[in-house]
Amino acid sequence: MANMAQAIRMALHYAEENLGVTDIFGEDVGAPLGGVFTCTQGLKTTWNSPLDERGIIGAAMGIAMGGGRPVAEIQFCDYVYNTIDLLKLAGNTCWSSNGDWNLPMVVRTPVGSGIRGSIYHSHSFDATMTHIAGWKVVMPSTPLDAYGLLISACKEQNPVMFLEPKALLRVKGEERIPGEPDDDRALSKAIDAPLGDRSQWKPAWPEGLEAFAIPIGKGKLVREGSQLTVVSYGRTLPLCARAAALLADEGISVEVIDLRSLWPYDWEMIKASVQKTGRVLFVNEDTEVTNFGEHLVRRTVEELFYSLLAPPRLLAGKFIPGIGLADTLEMASVPQQNDITDALRSLAGEQP
Amino acid sequence: MSRPRLIKESSAPLQLDKELLVRIHDLMVKTRVLEERLIQMYKQGHGYFWIGGPGEEAFNVPLGLLMKKGQGPEYDYLHAHYRQSGTLLALGEEPIGALRQMKNTASDPYSGGRNFAGHFSLRKYNVAPVSSPIEVQYSIAPGTAMVQKRVGGEGITIVTGGDAGTAEGDFASCLVWSSRPANPLPILIIVTNNKWGISTSAEGQHGEPRVSERGKAFNIRSKTINGNDPVEAYQELKEAMEYVRKERKPFLLEANVSRLYGHSSASGANYVSEEEDCLKNFEARLEQDGVLTRQQMDELRNRYTEDMAAAARIARDEPLPAPETIWKHIFAEDK
Repeated sequence: MANMAQAIRMALHYAEENLGVTDIFGEDVGAPLGGVFTCTQGLKTTWNSPLDERGIIGAAMGIAMGGGRPVAEIQFCDYVYNTIDLLKLAGNTCWSSNGDWNLPMVVRTPVGSGIRGSIYHSHSFDATMTHIAGWKVVMPSTPLDAYGLLISACKEQNPVMFLEPKALLRVKGEERIPGEPDDDRALSKAIDAPLGDRSQWKPAWPEGLEAFAIPIGKGKLVREGSQLTVVSYGRTLPLCARAAALLADEGISVEVIDLRSLWPYDWEMIKASVQKTGRVLFVNEDTEVTNFGEHLVRRTVEELFYSLLAPPRLLAGKFIPGIGLADTLEMASVPQQNDITDALRSLAGEQP
Repeated sequence: MSRPRLIKESSAPLQLDKELLVRIHDLMVKTRVLEERLIQMYKQGHGYFWIGGPGEEAFNVPLGLLMKKGQGPEYDYLHAHYRQSGTLLALGEEPIGALRQMKNTASDPYSGGRNFAGHFSLRKYNVAPVSSPIEVQYSIAPGTAMVQKRVGGEGITIVTGGDAGTAEGDFASCLVWSSRPANPLPILIIVTNNKWGISTSAEGQHGEPRVSERGKAFNIRSKTINGNDPVEAYQELKEAMEYVRKERKPFLLEANVSRLYGHSSASGANYVSEEEDCLKNFEARLEQDGVLTRQQMDELRNRYTEDMAAAARIARDEPLPAPETIWKHIFAEDK
């Protein structure tokens, strides 16, 4: 099975061949590197931009205005903060012009912990990005979802922020992308750039890739359960799924929802699940104050209060200025497997 | 490079066809009267905020007249700032649109009552939405120029901003992205220099003798012109635009202009008599050269004043947008 970086690359290949993507660009996105996480190796419309995040977001807006279809990359989401007013402008262009202009553009950026990235390569961007209206915001947790969400993003008429959980970029999927070859090693040989001199290298793209699209705004029921619900996305989602499997052995039935799209999001799926289980834990790794999960908790309380058997809870990153480099510091800063399992066990045991 | 021109002397004859001079004058008057009406509406409580460009007509009108007008990369893109009603009128817009925007009516053609006066948006003529944060348009403009470079043809990107905003990093971004040797862009980078940034004077900001000299470091052809002279502005803009159209390379043009009514309503919006008035000067020359008589020009101004008052009355009586329309256009729907 492909890993997420390969899935992103294949989706971008499909999009530039079939969906009108004209520019895939950003810092080190083009040859010879093909992205610091290899997500853009071998693509035909890639180019290396100046090291200027404001220029990257601005150029993407201009290309979209000019009739192109850009996919811009900010190398780490930690660097996107100096473009916040441009992101706001991209989000309000359609609204403020009363529908006169729209911006069909995608911005990809890796988010979250998991690579021991220290202060400036570990940040999350979900709370900040969902605060900026006019954007669609997605974050996959599997290679197949990354492929399908990116296909949808490249078909959009509106700006889409595509958040890539960097801890999962090298994790192979459990589902095959339509058109992906059966043999993982053959896939790697075909589309992973060789080390060393790449000047003569060209990828051999799988021929059967499809416009397999996952609709933006639709969550995924990863595991059915009856006693409590956990809602997550990105790096923490597989940890939640693993926790649910562990707790099943203890007789605790956990329903697992992968939100996939943060805006718009699948409230109907959350609502149906919470009405069934009466208990819900929201998990992400952004800092916990003014966290996107806090919005979900608030909505759960306001709309589902009388269905609840326990207060809805949020497990998120600690409210500290950054993630320290030492293994112990990173592990203590954002939810880990044990934290999630413990939180679910505790929630399951809470009695009204 | 352009040749020295005698017309820079105020006594020299006007070197444009009479028909064009009359047209430029007509649009300058129309723009001035519009801006004065907008200020009056603001002072009468028919709008919350005024910002505009009285004093910049001599530059903005020729710019609009010289643009290749249309939609899509074959035509010119304008990433404007909020002092360019003259450019919009020269493109063919009727003043009532700006009045409607000032009154925030549902009929406001540029934002549906959502944005300030002077914040135009006109996709049919490639006018990108004007933003309130200064200079962000300098980051965006290279994008449309990139598409135009690829498409070919004669379409160019024009970006304008003020001298104070050149302190923002977006201006540097524009210079960098436009002049990369591997991919120079067909972009006319304009700075209208009125020597002020709200209350920050040029002396308080600029160490460089001329803003245009910043282009030299990037190997961008650059020039500073007198933007208060519509003839010089027309000729220099024409030459710069022809260079960008043909060579597909950037050009940095600094136009020295006046700020006749202050920064905006925030600074009072009162006439500043010590600023040079481009319209008064132009009219003196038109009269001197026998292009128009004082009486003709007075009649024109009176007619526009009456037209503008009538249009303002129409705008005042139109409904505001319905509250539920806040939910419209957050996202583009399928077209």
